[in-house]
Amino acid sequence: MNTKSLYQEVILDHNKKPRNYGTLDKASHQAVGHNPLCGDHLDIALDLDGERIDRIAFHGESCAICKASASMMTAVVKGKTRTDAETLFQEFRDMAMGKLDLDSPHHLGRLTVFAGVRDLPTRVKCAILPWHTLHAALHSVTSISTESEDDPMHAAIGDA
Amino acid sequence: MKLIETDLKPQFAPMFDVEDIRADFPILRLQVNGKPLVYLDNAASSQMPQPVIDRLVRYQTTEHANINRGVHYLSETATAEYEESRRKLQRFINASEDREVIFTSGTTDSINLVMHGYGRKFIGAGDEIILTTLEHHSNIVPWQMLAEEKGAKIRVVPINDAGELLVDEYEKLFNERTKFVGVLHVSNALGTINPIKSMIAFAHARGVPVLIDGAQAVPHMKVDVQDLDCDFYAFSGHKLCGPTGIGVLYGKAELLERMQPFKGGGDMILSVTFEKTTYNAIPHKFEAGTPPIAAAIGLGTAVDYLSALGLDAIAAQETELLNYATEQIGPLPGVHIIGTAAMKTAVLSFKVDGIHPHDIGTLLNQEGVAVRTGHHCVQPVMLRLKVPATTRASFAFYNTMAEVDTFIAGLRTVQKIFT
Repeated sequence: MNTKSLYQEVILDHNKKPRNYGTLDKASHQAVGHNPLCGDHLDIALDLDGERIDRIAFHGESCAICKASASMMTAVVKGKTRTDAETLFQEFRDMAMGKLDLDSPHHLGRLTVFAGVRDLPTRVKCAILPWHTLHAALHSVTSISTESEDDPMHAAIGDA
Repeated sequence: MKLIETDLKPQFAPMFDVEDIRADFPILRLQVNGKPLVYLDNAASSQMPQPVIDRLVRYQTTEHANINRGVHYLSETATAEYEESRRKLQRFINASEDREVIFTSGTTDSINLVMHGYGRKFIGAGDEIILTTLEHHSNIVPWQMLAEEKGAKIRVVPINDAGELLVDEYEKLFNERTKFVGVLHVSNALGTINPIKSMIAFAHARGVPVLIDGAQAVPHMKVDVQDLDCDFYAFSGHKLCGPTGIGVLYGKAELLERMQPFKGGGDMILSVTFEKTTYNAIPHKFEAGTPPIAAAIGLGTAVDYLSALGLDAIAAQETELLNYATEQIGPLPGVHIIGTAAMKTAVLSFKVDGIHPHDIGTLLNQEGVAVRTGHHCVQPVMLRLKVPATTRASFAFYNTMAEVDTFIAGLRTVQKIFT
């Protein structure tokens, strides 16, 4: 596939003008996600109203794919129930890892702009990190890493 | 931006034709994403020329058996070729004896050997080990493990904003508890060439042995371990146009003899009973088990290849590439070179305002250009220079000025995508 198609308008736009970027003065749940391979990190804070995500915000240092993914994620899950958010997390993760049949029914909508990342194994975790962090926040885990043992994307990238 | 000092520019043209050289490297004919491969990740691993590939095939098809044991033809042949390769490596770094050349699996293994063989025997509680901010993680972590085990302490030589060691600060770190120094010859992330000869002399005047991590130096310049007078010198085969899984530890014979073995097993013993084992002489004391024989022989051919080209000619060609790339990248808006030491190998690390290195790397790959992105296993350097990660183009003698142009054009394209 053409990598440039991943860096399409919508992703570049969310990278340049991220939605829900910042902090919440009051948050019921929050977590920070790390990618130690590149030093990237992402803080996600959200406020639940019953089972519904009432407000959500993120900030941090990351590449365009990660930042755009976080931006679009916050826009999509805002107003949804935590169950809906968990479904999207599973579907998004499966899509990024090439395990989701996009022709079958799913709930991802415009999040499918990230489908191309499945062809870039070293970048999959950039796209998934915001979702992992959201998942951790909803489960009251305050810090996660792409390199933790239980992360399905756990794989060292060599360095020199 | 600081350009390389003029006295470092070559005074003569390369003594070889780059297109002839490229013909020796089959992988350079590869197309990536429909574009000719532009391989600028040589500091991570260099490519292998046909003579080395042929040597591996010849060994495997006509010479292979286990070494140091059989009395049959193949075992004798393999043993002779393996030992001949050791002598080639000895000449390559000008060691005084071939038994001072130990085959390891690579630089990391070499450093771990010194940590276990020398460090665990001679460094104790309260002792101090001097390392530098520029060290690769492979020359930090083993010493941290030792320090934790023994209650020793690590002292760190700082760097300036250009990525050069502060030698005055290095000298101030010495005291009566200083027992060991570990310094890299050339920085993998920044290309800085450290003044190791004077640093070694300073340590020796205080009776302190010095380990040099030469992984990024031996492919790019003539290294003479006797002239440097280092006690240990570690490097890898795969950064030297050789195979992976092979490396070298040079050590002064009298030190190697006093050290304890690192790994126990076959080949490293003279006799074994359950009451007592007598260790073999060096270098065999440190080569337990069956070594990567083919890789060791291939590395011998690789250093023959580089020596035939001439390390001075290689350095001249690579300096021209670095100077040209440095000049070409200068006018790009928002591009900042990280690592501007006066003495540098052909490594160009940089950051681009508003664009993450991983995005740069992925998009350059689309143009067929291979660069390294990330922290380059030197998180202390990144912390000190306040960059989470960089993009690194590292050149080899088989790169061309036209490839530099492709790389720069690719960077412009990346910047255009992000505007």
